[in-house]
This record gives sequence, C-alpha cells and structure tokens, in this order.
Amino acid sequence: MSINSLEDAPLSSLPERPVSSTFPAAAATYDLAADRGRTAASPPPAKAPRSGPMADRLFGWAAKGAALLTLAMLIGILVSLVAGAWPAIAKYGLGFLTSSVWDPVQNEYGGLVMIYGTLATSIIALVIAVPVSFGIALFLTELSPNWLKRPLGTAIELLAAVPSIVYGMWGLLVFGPILSTWVQQPLQKLLAGVPYLGALVSGPPVGIGILSAGIILAIMIIPFIASVMRDVFEVTPPLLKESAYGLGSTTWEVVSKVVLPYTKAGVIGGIMLGLGRALGETMAVTFVIGNMNQLNSLSVFEAANSITSALANEFAEAGAGLHQAALMYLGLVLFFITFVVLSLSKMLLAKMKKSEGTKS
Amino acid sequence: MSTAQNLLNAKALAETRQAKFAARNRVNKIALTLSLAAMVFGVFWLIWILWETLRLGIGGLALATFTEMTPPPNEAGGIANAIFGSFVMVALATFVGTPIGIMAGIYLAEYNPKGWLASVTRFVNDILLSAPSIVIGLFVYAVVVAYFKTFSGLAGALALALIVIPVVIRTTENMLQLVPPGLREAAYALGAPKWKVILSITLRAARAGVVTGVLLAVARIAGETAPLLFTALNNQFWTSDVSQPMASLPVTIFKFAMSPYENWQQLAWAGVFLITVAVLALNILARVLTRNKH
Amino acid sequence: MKTTFKFATAGLVAALFSIPALAQDVTGAGASFPAPLYAKWASDFNKATGVKINYQSVGSGAGLKQIEAKTVDFGASDAPLKDDELQAKGLMQFPTVIGGVIPVVNIPGIKPGELKLNGQVLGDIYLGKITKWNDPAIKALNGSLALPDAAIAPVRRADGSGTSFLFTNYLSKVNAEWKSKVGEGTAVNWPTGAGGKGNEGVAAFVNRLPNSIGYVEYAYVKQNKMAYAQLQNAAGTFVSPEDSAFKAAAAGADWNKSFYQVLTNQAGKDAWPITGATFILMHKVQDKPANATTVLKFFDWAYKGGDKTADDLDYVPMPDAVKATIAKAWGEVKDASGKPVAFK
Repeated sequence: MSINSLEDAPLSSLPERPVSSTFPAAAATYDLAADRGRTAASPPPAKAPRSGPMADRLFGWAAKGAALLTLAMLIGILVSLVAGAWPAIAKYGLGFLTSSVWDPVQNEYGGLVMIYGTLATSIIALVIAVPVSFGIALFLTELSPNWLKRPLGTAIELLAAVPSIVYGMWGLLVFGPILSTWVQQPLQKLLAGVPYLGALVSGPPVGIGILSAGIILAIMIIPFIASVMRDVFEVTPPLLKESAYGLGSTTWEVVSKVVLPYTKAGVIGGIMLGLGRALGETMAVTFVIGNMNQLNSLSVFEAANSITSALANEFAEAGAGLHQAALMYLGLVLFFITFVVLSLSKMLLAKMKKSEGTKS
Repeated sequence: MSTAQNLLNAKALAETRQAKFAARNRVNKIALTLSLAAMVFGVFWLIWILWETLRLGIGGLALATFTEMTPPPNEAGGIANAIFGSFVMVALATFVGTPIGIMAGIYLAEYNPKGWLASVTRFVNDILLSAPSIVIGLFVYAVVVAYFKTFSGLAGALALALIVIPVVIRTTENMLQLVPPGLREAAYALGAPKWKVILSITLRAARAGVVTGVLLAVARIAGETAPLLFTALNNQFWTSDVSQPMASLPVTIFKFAMSPYENWQQLAWAGVFLITVAVLALNILARVLTRNKH
Repeated sequence: MKTTFKFATAGLVAALFSIPALAQDVTGAGASFPAPLYAKWASDFNKATGVKINYQSVGSGAGLKQIEAKTVDFGASDAPLKDDELQAKGLMQFPTVIGGVIPVVNIPGIKPGELKLNGQVLGDIYLGKITKWNDPAIKALNGSLALPDAAIAPVRRADGSGTSFLFTNYLSKVNAEWKSKVGEGTAVNWPTGAGGKGNEGVAAFVNRLPNSIGYVEYAYVKQNKMAYAQLQNAAGTFVSPEDSAFKAAAAGADWNKSFYQVLTNQAGKDAWPITGATFILMHKVQDKPANATTVLKFFDWAYKGGDKTADDLDYVPMPDAVKATIAKAWGEVKDASGKPVAFK
C-alpha cells in the first residue's frame, strides 16, 4: 500500500512480539486521533520569540574580543618594553647579553650578571624541586593511606598560598643564618681544595646568594609541580596500572614505566609552570640574592643579581636615559627566556607524542 | 639433555629469577622510601614557615590592628588602611579581570578550539601566566601612571587585573573542556542558541571549577607586592579615593618588615599573618567548592 | 548567587567611593633617611589640620625621577642638585633636617664605639683592598683592640640612595683611589659588597652577617642598637656620631649662598665627617598651585613647631636663620601665571 503521508502510516507493521512478564498486561493502546484532536482544540501556549541570531553574534564577538584582548595585552607589554628599551638596544645590540659591566655612573650596562643569576637560581630550584615533587606525587597517589591523602595534599598546596614576600623575609631572617651555619660552612670545609667542586662552594658562606635564592625558589615551586603531577597521576586509568601489577611489577616499576609515560604531557606542563614561576619571582629573590652586580666566580655562595631583583631595586630611580632603557632591555630578555622555555616544552611534548607506541 | 642437567638448569634459572626479583624489590623499596622522605621534606618547610608566621604574627594582632591607620615609627597603630586598600584593589581587579577571562576562556573552549586564533591565544596566555609581575607593574606605570601623572589605586587594580586574566582563562578553558559533549548536544537538540547553551548549560556545569579558578586568581593577587610598588605606591593615611595612592597590605609589610622600629615590625608580621590566613582560607574554600559535585 | 554577590559588592564599592576627598591631599616621595621624621610630622599635621601629607620612602633617586615626571607633589633627596641642574629641570630645593651617615659593624666581641676607622681605610675596605679585619692598616688605628682573622663582608645600598651619595662623596674626598675608580653618586659601580634595599636592608644584612660592615643613617643605628665605628675627621680627631657632632659639621655651611651644601669632611674639631642635609624638591612652575600651597604650609608648620619631634627622632633641625632664608626662597614657587604660591 502506498503511504502518502505520515498520517496514514500504520503504527506498526511487525507481528506482535512477545513481551516480558513484567510488562503491564492491559496496556491501553495509544489513540493518536484523539490526541491530535486535543492538540487542535487547545494548542500549546505561544512560545516566546527566540533570541535572534544577533544575540548569538554579539556573544561570539564578545568572546572573540576577549581573546583578542589577551593578545593585545601581550603585544602592548612587548611594545612598551621594546619602546622603553630602544636606546639600549640601539647602543648595545646583542652584545648586551654577554657584557657583565653594570656602571650607572659611567653609563655602561651589560646584562650578563642578571641573566646568569636568573638562570642559575632557576636551575638550582628545578634540580631540587622536580625530584621532590615527583616523590610527593608518588607518595600521595601510591603510598599514602586514603584518609591521609586529602590533608597531605592540601598541606602541600598551602605552600603555594604563602605570599612570596613571606618567603623573602623568612629566607633572610630565619633560613639564611641556618643555611650559613649548618650547610655552607661545613660544605666549604669539606670541599676545600677539591678542584671544581671547591670553586663551586667558595665565596662568603653568609646565607645569601645564589644557593639561598635557589633553595627558597625550590620550596616555592614545589607545590605547583607536585599538585599538577599528583592530579595527572590520579587520572591514569586504573586498568593500565592493574595490568602492570598483574604482570608482577613492583610499585616503582608501575609508576616509572606505565604512569609516567602516560602522563608525560601533564608532568612536563607542571615542570614548565614551576619554571615559569621561578623565572619570574621577584620579592623572595630580591631579599636573599645579595644584589651584587659582579660575576667574580662560579661559586653558588656568591651574592649575585637576577633580572627581577635588578628591576625591583633599580627601576624606581633609574634616570630616564640609558639606565632605564637597560633595565627594560633586561625585562625583554626575561620575556624572551620565558618564551623559549615554553616553546621548548611544547616541542618536547610534540616529539614525545610522535614516538608514542614505538619501541623504546 | 639429561634430566639432571635439566633440573640444574631449572634451578639456576629460578635462582637468577629470584635474584632479579630481589633487585627489583630493592629498587622499589628505595624509591618508596625516598618518596616518603620527599613528602616529609615538603611538609616540614610548610610547618616551619607557617609556625614562624604564626609565632611572629599573633603577637601583633589586636583590635587596634584592624581599626587604626599605619602609624609613624614607635607609635601605636594598626593597618586598617592597608587592609581596606588591599580589599578594594583586589575586588576591583577581580571585577575587571574575571569577565574578560571567562569570555576568553569560553572562546578558547567553545568557538573553534583548533583555529589559529585559539592556538595563538593559548600560547600567549601561557606566556602571560609566567610573566613576572614586576614587568606588568612597569607596563601599567608607563601607560597609566606616567600618562596621568599620578600614582593611583586604579593603576594598582589594573596591574592586578592583568595578572588575574591569564589565570582565569586557563582554568575556565580547562573546566569547560571537561563538560561532557553530550550535555551541549542535548541543549542544541532542544533548539537553544549557542550563547544560551554556553551560559546556561556549559558554564553552569563547570561553575564550581570556574569559581575555583577565580578564587585561586584572587589568592594569587592578594599577596602580590611588585606590581603595586610602581602603580599604587602606598599611603600613610586612610583613603577611599582610587585616583590617589592607596595603601596595600603587601607593600606596607614590605616597608615595615625591614625597618628598625619594633612597632612597625610587629605590624608587618601581623599583616603577613592576615594575608596568609586569607589566602589559605580562599584556597580551602576553592577546594571545598570543587568537592561538592552536584 | 554569583550575580547578587557581584551587585552587592559593586554597590558597597560605589558607596565607599562617593565619600569626597576632604581636603587637599598631597603625595611626596624620595629619600628613606628622613622618612620616619616626615611620617611623624605628617601624622601630627593630620591631627592638627586634617590634611594628609602622604610621603613614601622610595629612595632619593626615585624621588628625583618622580618629581621630574610630576607624578608626586614634592620629591625628597639626600643628594642636593647643583644649581645648573636645578635650572635645567625647573626645580627648586630647600633643606629640612641634618643627619649623619654612620659606618656600622658586626664583629663578635666589638662593642659600639670601640672600632676606630679613617677615610682611607674605609675606602680601601669598600674597594676590596683590605679584606680581613686583622689587616695592619686597621690594627694601626686600633691599638690593642682584639680584631679577628676573618674576612670582611661589606654591605652597601642596592638602590639609588642619597645615603650612598653622602658616603661615596666622603670617600671621594678622603681616598684618592676611590675617587678615580668609583666616584660619587646615588648609585655607583660598587667594586664589592652585598646590596641591601634601603637603610633597612643594610641594617638587616649587617645584623645577620658576622664580620660585616655597612653604613646607615643615625636613626637606624640608635633604633637597632648597632655597633657603630668612630671616624677620624678632617681635624684628626676620632669622633663618635651624635647630635653635637652633626651640628658641628653643619656650622661650616653658608646657606645664604646656595642651598647646594654637602657637609662631608668638614673642618670643625668635633665635626662628624659624613654629615649631610636632606632636601625637598619642588617645581618652580606649578600645575597644581593648591597642592603646592599645602606642601609649603606643611613645611612651614614643621619648621615652626616640629623641632622637638626631629630631636626626639635623632635628626638635627636647621638653625633659625636658615629657616628664614628658606621661607624667602619659597617665593620661587609660582603658579602658571607667575604669581608666587601662597602658603600663609
């Protein structure tokens, strides 16, 4: 039979199928005609007119505008930095990055001391913080009893809540003297005379300097790296871990061979987050780094200067000429270092993703 | 091969297997002990710092701390103007930064997430997240303070807003991405326009996470000193005029803590205690909100 | 819930901001040396008149930069500007109080006032030429004082500072090598030494680092009960820092000639060698004459009634004759039409 419209379609052309015994036996058959009559008699209330495409477009523009504003922010900051730094860029070019002279009286500037200070403190901070954070994340996900997980996790994240100026003050007034007496002086006595290591720990063991700043930075970035690591460790599918356990792996093997490769994107992201924080930290570093614009030796006990502490100390009074331009140039260099670190992490992640599944 | 040899080989094999397993077990034990040590290490620092803050800060807390202005050296006083100034600037920064951040996060998650604008914005956002706060302060100084020829609480709030925005963008985008696509599709199937889907369905579903992001951003800017140094300066007196220099807790602490005057030092530690408690409370609140999944 | 909260806070904020600014509030920024005194004066002035003088200690160099940029109503600096510089920048300056910069040490066993130094030795320490406390040059000045065989840790200012200016100015006058190698200024290329932020930072470092030496303003020495060193002045006497020594150094200045007076290494018998006045900088042509009036009114009030406060905080007030000269000099501060700004 031909079907001209849905109205004429039979409700079902299939033979009756047996239904389960719990199906209501005397189910009323659906009376389509009656229902249609009811709808015709009392139609549903008129719907409010839908918001037109204009609202949608406006909202889309607002969202896009906000995204563009973010771009504009960065461009604005970069432009203002470049404009401010132009006299120094014009005068020194890239030689600024390798010169260690910083003489406001003679108006000669070079950024090597600050760049070295920033990189050295950040590297020390990472060297300390990454293994410790990994250990903390491992503990929180594999070892700790369930009732302890949340309090301990919160405790670690509370480290991030402490304002950085507290770290600076605590570092200078409490931690510095202790580091000097219990770590620096014994280390110096122990390694005196050893060729490279001895030079590394020479210098005044007074509790301020690159090592102190590095350790305090490490404590500051541990919560960031640890909480990100813990979050990604926790979302590893339990099936993966259980399969490994089923094959007889120890806990350490499960974490190092299954969980870590699975979560490497998050782990790298967390490390980059911590590194970014370490590179940009101002107050804590300014208090304990010693603010010395000299690069006398490779010792980590020496006072030094970092880009952020140079900016904090000298910008307020830098004369509007070359001094201020040199400081802006340093700010630009810091931005560039952050950019390089971020790009490297993204490239590293992309490379790791490519080699996923291949034989290692 | 004779049976005896087979047996000997089997025994040797079993022994190597056992030795290997013992080695793996040892490595495991060492790794787990180190992990415990790392945990103790981390908690130790926290307890030490919080203990010092508590010890030095509680002594300075009194009713006067909350009601009096910052005093000259060696005079009794409080930090009321600093608390108020911080509150005002943080509130302003949050009001300005949150909507922009949420809208940008919405763009990144809902509108063409794989397009070039989204990828570039994500990258730029990552850079801004790691931008040293002092550079942001310098930027606002050059653009606002030098131009209008006055330090002001507004400039300080603007600098703080520029720090809030990247944090909110990152968390909003992450939270929106976690919303199951089925929810969105159901809403679209019911005929809702895109903006309504986003606002009433997706954002609402991710509400707890977004609020967490905002709270974390607020906690971050509550303790920031460097951006305020060149923008809001500081103020000895009470002021509610945001176009004038405003006192703030971090800058006041910075100034007082290193001074040689005992009353200033005590007020500084009291301020430190207040900021730490406020930031901790915000963090715990954020945590509680994410737990209450509906 | 979120929207209601937003509206409530917005309303609160709006209500707060509708409180009008009562009187003309002014902002000043600059030297950390007189900061405690200005804070006390401002607080007393506020109690007396209700006007708020907001002074922030950001360092002499920053004070100069901010007044040049006109972001503050007055700047303060321990390093006076030379007359031609003043002319070029359109500023005028006047001194407020006098104080001294004191070398302080932290040597185990050495009490305040026990150590004797002179300019040559002090300069050599900061040049890095003298590196140990038991160096013969130091021992020669100190007779039988027990000096340890320990490395000296010099501490100096990390930020631009009028205190540093006075210190380096003095060293340039008394140590020829310092003058040629380093020179004087608010920020110099220090050959050695860790940098502390502000007088406070230097005091904190010296207090924490054993065998260290630093230089701070007198108020910080007294407040922190630091171990100061005696200095040999131009007349050859070893003087201890105190009010009478600063007054003796100030006696030689001729303020009528010019306000640019640097009081280091003065000839007086009891003069403290590193003395200096601290200055206020204001624009000669005012964009905001009402603010200038308030500033001048404040300092007029301070000159008339603030001497005791200055004394209590260990500063030396200006002599009355100089105050009269200063009041006359205020006629240089004019509004855009050329009329002197009123302050009476």
